[in-house]
Amino acid sequence: MIVCKSAAELETMHRAGLVVWDVLNRLRQAVQPGISTLDLERIAAQGAQEHGARPAFKGYRGYPCVLCASINQEVVHGIPSGARRLKEGDIISLDFGVELNGYYGDAALTLPVGKIRPEVGDLLRVTRESLDKAIDKVRPGNRLSDISAAVQQWVEKHGFSVVREFVGHGIGTKMHEEPNLPNYGEPGHGPRLEEGMVFAIEPMVNAGGPAVKVLEDRWTAVTTDGSCSAHFEHTVAVTSNGPWILTRPKEAVGASW
Amino acid sequence: MAKTRQPEKKKADSSNPKEDAIEVMATVIEPLPNAMFRVELENKHQVLAHISGKMRKNFIRILPGDRVQVELSPYDLTRGRITYRFK
Repeated sequence: MIVCKSAAELETMHRAGLVVWDVLNRLRQAVQPGISTLDLERIAAQGAQEHGARPAFKGYRGYPCVLCASINQEVVHGIPSGARRLKEGDIISLDFGVELNGYYGDAALTLPVGKIRPEVGDLLRVTRESLDKAIDKVRPGNRLSDISAAVQQWVEKHGFSVVREFVGHGIGTKMHEEPNLPNYGEPGHGPRLEEGMVFAIEPMVNAGGPAVKVLEDRWTAVTTDGSCSAHFEHTVAVTSNGPWILTRPKEAVGASW
Repeated sequence: MAKTRQPEKKKADSSNPKEDAIEVMATVIEPLPNAMFRVELENKHQVLAHISGKMRKNFIRILPGDRVQVELSPYDLTRGRITYRFK
């Protein structure tokens, strides 16, 4: 069952989303060659604390940190570490979420560290655009798999591949709610979208093949062929006026990230 | 945080009644007939618990005062199943 949220609930979720937005922007400022992913973890924890929000990831199924920081071939769920320092030419995916007043916000973006190779830049651009395409499908009357198909079509058109093992999800009073939202599939299947549904839409895109594996730490997912992987995410609500991106300010317009 | 896609067989697991049990620590108060025991949970509630089949098969003796692990059914919190006796 997909829980539909009332207008007031969406406002509450938007407040949680703005905390996520603010923290990710602080991290965006901080990302530079030489900084460790543990430093980024501290910035994220500090940011959540200043807003009085509870970081959503820490303790979730035993995850040890507030932030997921995944470098280059790491797809998602990279655990921050003082030993992992960013260097020029890396890309880093930052995934963060909070709970505020009982509701969750969840978002992610992938950032270049200094100057990156143009083909890696293309990967980031295409992944971000696939999120834009997906968000555009978040309208009442569309079907769930229209969102999935929008991601897959855009990504594969540009010669990249979509990760199968991890999926987006419904979100609300829990971080992971019904339904699963894969980033691949035929359009026109699944439940019809209704006003008040909220999804965390999160394309995970590999430069090489789609296969991934999880390392011995039981969290970090990496591409099996060692190719780079990008990840962008927003928490998006279905409204009668179309998509409402809850994890950014209302006045923001244009591309999602 | 990306959700890990679950294998499809998950439905079979959740239909198994033993999967949903709540595990709690308890102390045995008195033995009752038919391998049943009255046990006191950490929250001072007293429940009627029987011994799990595996413990019965292996002749695990339970005496008053023993610390045990009890599984409670979420449907009937007055009954439980003793699954482990601590030494």
